[in-house]
Amino acid sequence: MERMQQVVGRARAAFNSGRSRPLEFRIQQLKALERMVQEKEKEILAALHADLHKDGPNAYSQEILGVLTELALAMEQLPSWAAPQHVKKDLLTMRDDIFINPEPLGVVLIIGAWNYPFMLVIMPLIGAIAAGNAVVVKPSEVSENTAQLVAELLPQYLDRELYPVVTGGVPETTELLAQRFDHILYTGNTAVGKIVMAAAAKHLTPVTLELGGKSPCYIDKDCDLAVACRRITWGKYMNCGQTCIAPDYILCDPSIQGKVVENIKATLQEFYGEDVKSSPDYERIINKRHFKRVLGLLEGQKIAHGGEADEASCFIAPTILTDVSPESKVMEEEIFGPVLPIVPVKSVEEAIEFINRREKPLALYVFSNNKQVIRRVIAETSSGGMTGNDVIMHSVVPNLPFGGVGHSGMGAYRGKYTFKTFSHHRACLIKDLKMEAVNKLRYPPVSQKKVDL
Amino acid sequence: NPYAGLVTHLRASWLSGKTRPMEYRMAQLEALGRFLDEKKQEILEATAADMGKPLFEVELSELLLCKNELHETLNNLSQWMKDKQVDKPLATRLDSAFIRKEPYGVVLIIAPWNYPIYLFMGPLIGAIAAGNCVIIKPSEVSKNTERLVAEALPCYLDQDCFAVVTGGVQETTRLLENKFDYIFYTGSPSVGRIVMTAAAKHLTPVTLELGGKNPCYVSDTCDVPNVARRVVWGRFFNAGQTCIAPDYLLCTLEMQKKLLPALHEAITEFYGPNPQESPDFGRIVGDKQFQRVKRLLCSGRVAIGGQTDEAERYIAPTVLVEVQPSDPVMQEEIFGPILPIVVVANMDEAIDFINSRERPLAIYAFSSNDKVVNEVLERTSSGGFCGNDTLMHVTLTSLPFGGIGNSGLGKYHGKFTFDTFSHRRGCLMRGMGRETLNAPRYPPYSQKKFGIVQATSKVTRKDDCILL
Repeated sequence: MERMQQVVGRARAAFNSGRSRPLEFRIQQLKALERMVQEKEKEILAALHADLHKDGPNAYSQEILGVLTELALAMEQLPSWAAPQHVKKDLLTMRDDIFINPEPLGVVLIIGAWNYPFMLVIMPLIGAIAAGNAVVVKPSEVSENTAQLVAELLPQYLDRELYPVVTGGVPETTELLAQRFDHILYTGNTAVGKIVMAAAAKHLTPVTLELGGKSPCYIDKDCDLAVACRRITWGKYMNCGQTCIAPDYILCDPSIQGKVVENIKATLQEFYGEDVKSSPDYERIINKRHFKRVLGLLEGQKIAHGGEADEASCFIAPTILTDVSPESKVMEEEIFGPVLPIVPVKSVEEAIEFINRREKPLALYVFSNNKQVIRRVIAETSSGGMTGNDVIMHSVVPNLPFGGVGHSGMGAYRGKYTFKTFSHHRACLIKDLKMEAVNKLRYPPVSQKKVDL
Repeated sequence: NPYAGLVTHLRASWLSGKTRPMEYRMAQLEALGRFLDEKKQEILEATAADMGKPLFEVELSELLLCKNELHETLNNLSQWMKDKQVDKPLATRLDSAFIRKEPYGVVLIIAPWNYPIYLFMGPLIGAIAAGNCVIIKPSEVSKNTERLVAEALPCYLDQDCFAVVTGGVQETTRLLENKFDYIFYTGSPSVGRIVMTAAAKHLTPVTLELGGKNPCYVSDTCDVPNVARRVVWGRFFNAGQTCIAPDYLLCTLEMQKKLLPALHEAITEFYGPNPQESPDFGRIVGDKQFQRVKRLLCSGRVAIGGQTDEAERYIAPTVLVEVQPSDPVMQEEIFGPILPIVVVANMDEAIDFINSRERPLAIYAFSSNDKVVNEVLERTSSGGFCGNDTLMHVTLTSLPFGGIGNSGLGKYHGKFTFDTFSHRRGCLMRGMGRETLNAPRYPPYSQKKFGIVQATSKVTRKDDCILL
């Protein structure tokens, strides 16, 4: 208990000193963070490779590019994000000063996940620093090399008291969550999300929960299957399926199921060659526990492609399952692996009904040449975000908020939304001490004349 | 669970899509306007019976504020509902990226007793505008208003989509066991924790409008009579039962000497020599609350007022002096017509005093010197802030209303209510063509491909060259 209390206590004292508030300080810290990412690129890529078998250009574009983009945006926009916003006045308030003042919340906590272990702590950190807070960073212990590296690097570049890194597993995180924070941003699964929110409730701490779920992918009969399947293959099997917004399962008419399988197979060949295992571009499952879990989902299923696995290297080949039953195990939990079930549905109505019977997902995908079909699916379902005719891409648009709804999460971040998430928008009205005559209208004693006015 | 059936019914209505069309939402909102107009007399009587609410106060704080929210919403709903288009980086320039505002589903609004109409209607307007189905749980403490709302409101709204549930702690606890898609709670921090804990079980997002002790700093340079009037108005409105009322005053001993006669003057001007006879001064809502507030009178010394009448639940507009930070009146939110004055040596001491306590819903600072007001603003933190007046910042629909820390999380009023009850779904619509543009992102990866990805998707700093 002592250690966490001390770390958070120091961060709070540092915040109370006021030094994280001036814009110059925040930009200086963001610049230092940018230097860190640029100077230590090799070390970061090495850690990602050790944790997830992620290769150079792939790891860079997945984890580093987004971070650098976000840093550039924050440094660029900070003066405008942090400026007081003046609002519409009415007749009575013409002479007053009315504005919304963005202010830091105080000491915030960021808990990262293991699948994009660098990006998922550094992205929110950028906005939290930009908003003027002290930040406690807790990378996932499952991606241990990246966690270790983040714990070593951050204190070398950033203010050590304001932005401490805490490492450890469940006991350390539980201890951390007993402390009082002014906002908690958690990325991970639904079950732990509930634990985080319950802990936050004790201190009335607002939370942003980036969770997951089964993101459906509906393929309409009227679409260019070759293109659709290439895009889906890319999004599904990147990071070995360990992406919160990967298309989890496919819904399509039974008449095109066969063609879908053929197209995905062809694309897999194009992407990873004959021997997937020896492709430098194909990742591995994070650890043995998840390896066993994902493999277990194949039990009793019709494997149309793939299914090969090697426990020693946590390798599972890109796999496609057909004629999957909605009640099967693979359709119960978020797969988070390179297994793609296809559930046949006879119509877009059936697809919509299927989706709506389940928890709201983090992402939703629809492929169709017919814009009406896409519009209809959007209008009749709900999800954190969605992309039409592609996958993943809504998450790279910097001005779209990224977050879930229902079981897939609450709150959002990215770009200015991270800044807003970590800010308090204080309503301010500054009046004159004169002009009392106007006020007299509202004071007692009251006459009918006053009421009518 | 006694409410499971109701929640299921409302959820089925929501899934049917009934509440989505703008025309439907506008019609329900217009019906709310008719409720306020047609039931005005009943509202006046119920709130008078509940807490002796003066007619003018009901007109201003229960009816007018509701009407403002209603009109603001009706005038702007079509704009608010529109998809918001956003800029995209080069890679997706040929596509369409937008934010779609969607209702959450079935939402729960738990309202308090002190402004029993405004504090359920304000959130309700935004919840309906955002396309949700709503269960309203008015406070059982303001029992006359509770009865009115339970009996009359459903007649104005679509009963498939909107319901009123009554009851006390037990009923509310059972209600909270159900899964809602959003919970909006106004009340105390301790119950706020209970609500959020219940919400966590279902991962239900919440807005909590709580309270605290709102400090009011009066500097040595100010127009004393004006300050006194504004503070008296804000403190004794609704007999002090206002979450944003100035809870206690901070000033120097010299200022206190000047303020006391001015406060007395203002109280007399507003309520006459015997406020118990004034039709413009309210009463405490219930016996339990009356006893609680009365006990706080033993802190410090009564400088003005102090009289009580248990039969009427009347507590006179009271000012206490010689108050210590450890006194009972400084340990809890007063929520009654008592204004303690805590003497400080200067502004710095006042700011330190404020910052050593939980962050309040509102902070007030009075000074003829702009710098003083700004300094208090900058060196403190609170839900909202008002310089040189009290309460007024919450009457503007263009300002967000909400707390921070113990005083709450989330915000509403005006468009902020609509936003609170909407999920902002990030949407990207791409075409199926131009697949060659996607080629750089596919494996097998190469340094060359990566260069293209980087060039088309990154955001460069405008003044990069200048920095070099």
